Amino acid sequence: MKSPNTSSTAETSAHTTPLTAVAKASADASALTDSGADILIKTLADLGVDTIFGYPGGAVLPVYDTLFDNHELNHVLIRHEQAGTHAADGYARATGKPGVVLATSGPGGTNTVTGIATAMMDSIPLVVFTGQVPTSVIGNDAFQEADIVGITRPITKQNYLVRDVNDLEHVIREAFHIATKGRPGPVLVDLPKDMLNTKARFSGMKKVEIPSFKPTVNGHHPQIAKAAEMLSNAKKPLIYVGGGAILGEAWEEVTAFAERTNIPVTTTLMGLGAFPESKPQSLGMLGMHGTWYANMAMTECDVLIAVGARFDDRVTGRLDGFSQNSRKIHIDIDPSCIGKNVAVEVPIVGDVKRVIPAIDKLASPPEISEWWDTIHTWQKEHPLVVPKADDRIYPQHMMKMISEVTEGNAIVVTDVGQHQMWAAQHYNYNHPRSWISSGGLGTMGYGFPAAMGAALACPDRDVVCITGDGGFQMSSYELATAVEYKIPVKIALMNNNCLGMVRQWQQLFYQNRTSYSVFGSNNPDFVKMAECYGAVGMRATNPAEMRQVLNEAMKIKDGPVLMDFRVVENENCYPMVPSGAALNEMVESDEECK
Amino acid sequence: MSTTTITKDSRHTLSVLVKHNLNTFSRIIGIFSGKGFELESVTFASEAERGMARITITTYGNEETVEQINKHLHNVIDVLKVTDLTHKKCIERELAIVKVSTAKVGRPEIMLIAQAFKAKVIDITADKLALEVTGNTDKVDAMIEVLKPYGITEMSRTGSVALKREFQGAVNIN
Ligand SMILES: Cc1ncc(C[n+]2csc(CCOP(=O)(O)OP(=O)(O)O)c2C)c(N)n1
Ligand SMILES: [Mg+2]
Repeated sequence: MKSPNTSSTAETSAHTTPLTAVAKASADASALTDSGADILIKTLADLGVDTIFGYPGGAVLPVYDTLFDNHELNHVLIRHEQAGTHAADGYARATGKPGVVLATSGPGGTNTVTGIATAMMDSIPLVVFTGQVPTSVIGNDAFQEADIVGITRPITKQNYLVRDVNDLEHVIREAFHIATKGRPGPVLVDLPKDMLNTKARFSGMKKVEIPSFKPTVNGHHPQIAKAAEMLSNAKKPLIYVGGGAILGEAWEEVTAFAERTNIPVTTTLMGLGAFPESKPQSLGMLGMHGTWYANMAMTECDVLIAVGARFDDRVTGRLDGFSQNSRKIHIDIDPSCIGKNVAVEVPIVGDVKRVIPAIDKLASPPEISEWWDTIHTWQKEHPLVVPKADDRIYPQHMMKMISEVTEGNAIVVTDVGQHQMWAAQHYNYNHPRSWISSGGLGTMGYGFPAAMGAALACPDRDVVCITGDGGFQMSSYELATAVEYKIPVKIALMNNNCLGMVRQWQQLFYQNRTSYSVFGSNNPDFVKMAECYGAVGMRATNPAEMRQVLNEAMKIKDGPVLMDFRVVENENCYPMVPSGAALNEMVESDEECK
Repeated sequence: MSTTTITKDSRHTLSVLVKHNLNTFSRIIGIFSGKGFELESVTFASEAERGMARITITTYGNEETVEQINKHLHNVIDVLKVTDLTHKKCIERELAIVKVSTAKVGRPEIMLIAQAFKAKVIDITADKLALEVTGNTDKVDAMIEVLKPYGITEMSRTGSVALKREFQGAVNIN
């Protein structure tokens, strides 16, 4: 996977910086054979890292020099550090393993910021390494100096500036430990250039002990018993599953629990795939663009159990109208998530993978046939609306067809906007880690690079990137990377020639004043765009062409393919809980909004 | 975050034991600025134990808000321990230096007030006295209130430092 290197030998004598630190472990300077850069790469390999997404620059040249003849690590040369961070994030979401990024100082670091914030909001484990100017000039406004530790402090779980090369290995191990344990999140390690050049010893000591970081994993037993008792006696219970069930790999436990107790399940945008939508207990997604019946069930339930979900405002709607008559149980590994937006009666701090089976053991299936009757009536009266088919491509049909062609087995990665919500609604999610989307930050430009990361991580899976004409243009340059590394991402571009979600809000809440949200004919020719990078580009303007293009695209395994699907431009996404409305105040069509 | 009216009752003193580094200190301050919590005073000082520091924070909020603050503090990786001293018997001290004008009433009256608060005179000029007072925040507040009408020209306060009393019984030896 490495790019071919042109010159034949690496100059090992390039490291001419004199020793500034001496390993504490040994007074024998001759034993210090590894530079900081060597230690970085050795430690990554030792931690089982197989892929890093990086971009070179002055401050990280020592690392690139080490990478020149190291073939253990697969370094992917992305074309922009933001995309690199998203790619590492997609890699992490697809596998559960931490994504790794390498960027240079200054602009390299600042370019990673949006990607780090995206990962932070969705609790994705990332370790980002940035170069820094040498310690001797930090604070002097040196060339390409930026206080990246300061800049990323609020958007990282932890960050470090390495000031002693003897700390380097340990800091790296700590960074991976913190990124992945408890509630996952991004960690940044800033590496001054002299730290990369100075020699020290690689210890191989794997143990990480952080006395101040001991996440609670086993729930408090009396609380678990109380939760089980409440659920056993509930008349209208509901399981509300969030991204924590994916991050905590608790999908089997959640599924077993719901099936045994026959309690209905709704998932958040981040929780899609944690419970198979093919099961009869599934009510699909809830929230702003959730199903009518999931939102009604949330409003009407009498006992609510939140599983790794955080009562986000896009899920709750107006708080004073949110599930007012329910007694609430909330399981989360992060205590600060509990009681933040909504008061709960039974908080359980712990790992959902352990807490759910503990509840399952104690709870008996509640008597809820009336509740199911009510839900079935809602489902019959308010199914997800799909337009009547004609010879045009409706966005909803596009998602359904992708679901059909991939048999619901693809990893779906989206951008942000209408297409994202339709993809969430109309693709059939039956597998965990198969829905990858920027939920918390809502980062346009996320989809395509994240899809590359997922495809590199899971070469045996089909990866479909469902993106918009707006969002795709925020990271389309990564076509170069996808072509270079033969990454077979299927880009399904829902081309409505506008920033659809913005236009929808303007139509609904700003009297149809569609200010700066319609591209019209100002969009590029996406097929030519793909072709100029050496990728395959195809276009479809009607359902028959769409099926043909999709079938064709699924066969391509040696590089990216872009499908420009010209969809009905004026379609809007429903149901919708208008912002400021309560969850049960949904609108289901444009007509209803007038 | 729920908004709270600031009252003496909603005042909380939190004692936070951390690993000594400025990144951690900034993270802790960032919780207050970034998430919109109240911060009245904060002190940061090295602990007897090497590599550790204690941060004493006074903040305002109802019980839920302070509980959230507590949880966020715990989430900072290098925080070892958070103690809410509010409902515990604790020893709390603050130091203030107050420069007050003697122009209106002359030195003796101001010095009398200082005496009442066990404050020390630490600087004298033709028309001003500088007083040093130590005590819990209420006492420091009280002296400042009394001195205000005479004209406080400058003032500096340390903010509270506090520790839990070993003996949590009903004796008060303030
Ligand atoms: C970086 C960024 N800038 C702006 C927004 C606000 N925003 C949300 S959806 C959207 C429109 C997206 O348009 P497109 O990618 O074409 O998707 P569509 O809604 O048309 O499906 C915009 C501008 C955002 N989420 N992210
Ligand atoms: Mg669009």
